[in-house]
Amino acid sequence: MSEVTRIPTDLVQGATGHAGVGASTLRPDGVLKVTGEFAYSSDLWHEDMLWGHTLRSPHAHAEIVSLDISEALAQAGVHAVLTYDDLPSDVKHYGLECRDTPALADGVVRYHGEPVALVAADHPETARRAAHKIRVEYRELPLVTDEATATAPDAPVLHPHREDGHAAHVPHPNILHRQPIVRGDVASAAARADVVVTGDYEFGMQDQAFLGPESGLAVPAEDGGVDLYVATQWLHSDLRQIAPVLGLPEDKVRMTLSGVGGAFGGREDLSMQIHACLLALRTGRPVKMVYDRYESFFGHVHRHPARLHYEHGATKDGRLTHIKCRIVLDGGAYASSTPAVVGNAASLSAGPYVVDDVELEAVGLYTNNPPCGAMRGFGAVQACFAYEAQMDKLAAAVGMDPVEFRRLNAMSQGAVMPTGQRVDSPAPVAELLRRVKAMPMPPERQWESAGGAADVRALPGGLSNTTHGEGVVRGVGYAVGIKNVGFSEGFDDYSTARVRLEVLNGEAVATVHTAMAEVGQGGVTVLAQIARTELGVQQVTLIPADTRVGSAGSTSASRQTYVTGGAVKHTCEAVRERVLELGRRTQGTYHPAWATAELLLEGGKVVTDGGEVLADLAELLADGEPVDIELEFRHRPTEAFDVRTGQGNGHVQYAFAAHRAVVEVDTELGLVKVVELACAQDVGKAINPLSVVGQIQGGSTQGLGVAVMEEILVDPATAKVRNPSFTDYLIPTILDTPPIPVDVLELADPHAPYGLRGAGEAPTLSSTPAVVAAIRAATGLDLTRVPVRPEALTGTRGD
Amino acid sequence: MRVTITVNGQQQTADDVWEGESLLYVLRERLGLPGSKNACEQGECGSCTVRLDGVPVCACLVAAGQAEGREVVTVEGLAQGERLSPVQQAFVDAGAVQCGFCTPGLVVAADELLERTPSPSDGDIREALSGNLCRCTGYEKIMDAVRLAAARRQEAV
Repeated sequence: MSEVTRIPTDLVQGATGHAGVGASTLRPDGVLKVTGEFAYSSDLWHEDMLWGHTLRSPHAHAEIVSLDISEALAQAGVHAVLTYDDLPSDVKHYGLECRDTPALADGVVRYHGEPVALVAADHPETARRAAHKIRVEYRELPLVTDEATATAPDAPVLHPHREDGHAAHVPHPNILHRQPIVRGDVASAAARADVVVTGDYEFGMQDQAFLGPESGLAVPAEDGGVDLYVATQWLHSDLRQIAPVLGLPEDKVRMTLSGVGGAFGGREDLSMQIHACLLALRTGRPVKMVYDRYESFFGHVHRHPARLHYEHGATKDGRLTHIKCRIVLDGGAYASSTPAVVGNAASLSAGPYVVDDVELEAVGLYTNNPPCGAMRGFGAVQACFAYEAQMDKLAAAVGMDPVEFRRLNAMSQGAVMPTGQRVDSPAPVAELLRRVKAMPMPPERQWESAGGAADVRALPGGLSNTTHGEGVVRGVGYAVGIKNVGFSEGFDDYSTARVRLEVLNGEAVATVHTAMAEVGQGGVTVLAQIARTELGVQQVTLIPADTRVGSAGSTSASRQTYVTGGAVKHTCEAVRERVLELGRRTQGTYHPAWATAELLLEGGKVVTDGGEVLADLAELLADGEPVDIELEFRHRPTEAFDVRTGQGNGHVQYAFAAHRAVVEVDTELGLVKVVELACAQDVGKAINPLSVVGQIQGGSTQGLGVAVMEEILVDPATAKVRNPSFTDYLIPTILDTPPIPVDVLELADPHAPYGLRGAGEAPTLSSTPAVVAAIRAATGLDLTRVPVRPEALTGTRGD
Repeated sequence: MRVTITVNGQQQTADDVWEGESLLYVLRERLGLPGSKNACEQGECGSCTVRLDGVPVCACLVAAGQAEGREVVTVEGLAQGERLSPVQQAFVDAGAVQCGFCTPGLVVAADELLERTPSPSDGDIREALSGNLCRCTGYEKIMDAVRLAAARRQEAV
């Protein structure tokens, strides 16, 4: 049998000079990526492979009355057509937190685009055409599309037989999870307020829009199992969900991470994994599945759209008195990670401010809208948009500068969160605001060139040539946000690393094997840096992530540098201890420092903390077996939030970023040009300064996108997605994106490896409210919804 | 049908090509050149940018038959042996690569820009690359990479 080709290979990276922790080491996969050789999951190839295709529901809520696959199956080149009835195991559902999602529609479809049937054929077009020959008769059912329809007396209950842990404490079965947070005495505090501002805000449905489509290859194995090559964020979580539906033990589903073209939360849930395996096991042939962009919009969860009601009070000297809020997140048809998003939204809903008296609540709905789950910022994004708008309104109400008002109320280390949790590491909120405000302002009227002609590329409307500066006004806005790092609420959030130290060609070299999904964030770069720093070697080999090694947890929640980086550090320390034991045993009699001094591995040698060389690592290891250790690493445990009061030490670490946005608005056409988006962020320790700045710039840009252009439009009457394409769902281009100067602060968190602070998500929070605040400043409009569309700026009606 | 194309200087033939297949599909699935990427297949993202008789095009929007007898240059044709092109090297050095899925299209487009405009202004770079979506970087380090490549090319002249 021929082999799978275009699969990931070992990344071997040598180094000269300082290439350990703190260096801007270049990516070990960079050359492969610029030459086109890097093997992504859509590149996988097997000589006799078939192509899989998914038939999806055209309705958002319907009963499947009948399903006839005979004509599809009769097509030349078609090898299999599968429906719910073909599922091989008693377990037919999967899910990240609640097992509520059928692998194929279970007689009912609950959202537009839900998978109904699968086809395997010898050409992707054959599979696509055969899928259209499957005859499905639907009977449409009443829709649940928002909180009112979800909780109406006659509302259809979307999941009537719930067994999840939240079912017992929700007010209605279409409410998946509800998390109140109550602390202090809001009524008394409100009585002290000199000003009270309220607001209702709305946050549109954002898509992760990773560029590499959902894709993978399943290869049936002789032992009855399957080898699955796929792009995901967490191999072991996939495995736990896939194996039971296939009716296989986990050791018969062997997963390898293929190249991942971005993720941003959209690959936490399964997409084609089970489907490709089902087709491969049925046909006995390798099956490749690749979504196109249209299908990708249906193939993964999105960011929860939200409606948020806030009340803030302050004294006339600018001190917050109390906050009340209610956040309604639309989770769509299946649970995905909605309960955790609800927990985040609630616990972070007051923002990075000191306020003792709060009544906060977040709820997550089941509806017939597209399922929503993880996206960068995970529940904290929607809240930040609303509380930062409120902070601007409050500042105006008490007559203070909005930055000074925030600084006055900013939390710092030692502050107590609304959950009762004390913030026990640096929380430089006021300093980040000061820094971002102190950055130089971009010059006015940059579109004016020396010759006097306007460069339209620098103006709102850009190359559409809609203005040469007429009607263009500038505004500046600020925002700051707070995001948790790592998995929260008592989750056992660990990672695993296997590290081998050996001598090759006379040089001590390290090999690092983890199941961490490299999705573009640069995890492979920092793991190699950590191994160099801890083991004193230059050459590090990274083995492709797979399920032969223990779980690394998810590449999400800004956690991998902390947790898998921590696991590599922890395992390297054990390897180092083993090497030093060997040295003490074999060479200890020659030099007393072996017994007395603190010993390090540096530059390929064993050295004392005073710098004296005791042994050459290559010589020490030359005669023995490689040192090879696999260990787990955990961050400090967290606690669940109390279901009634929301009290509990729920989070392990907090991350903070602040933005200043400068925008120019064509007030006649309602077009916005973001001129500059400056960011200041505390990262604890920049393990790789070049990469962390790249994370901050990328995260900031996704926040800009939802501020002014990005939204999945769901028809309120039919719950159908109206814009599943990059023609109609706009993400920022290089012309839409301004310079993003970044000021990186490094205040160590004493509880984290190297003092680092997870960095990937925080910049996505404050970017959006800063841009909208700048648009408000430019236009004087009270903008309460993102994305801000031209209609909202010109007063013309839009939808 | 049979399609014969000169790809990266070598004449290549694909048989049994269905008339609806794109140039992108033939490059990726029939000629063993998966470097050009399939991010949208709607002509919006630029990840499949190749040069067709020198002109940058979205390979997903070109029917394979349209490329018959023509010259195609893909990302696989930019490096000379082990030596990266100036644009490729600058993308690595400037940190312009994260997930890398947009990178092949961007380096082909940037290479064409510098061939045409050796000293582009920032506005020129943004205009030339405005058809190439990147979701990871926020484009700042892509700007840095193109500026760096332009400077290095100038030095080399």
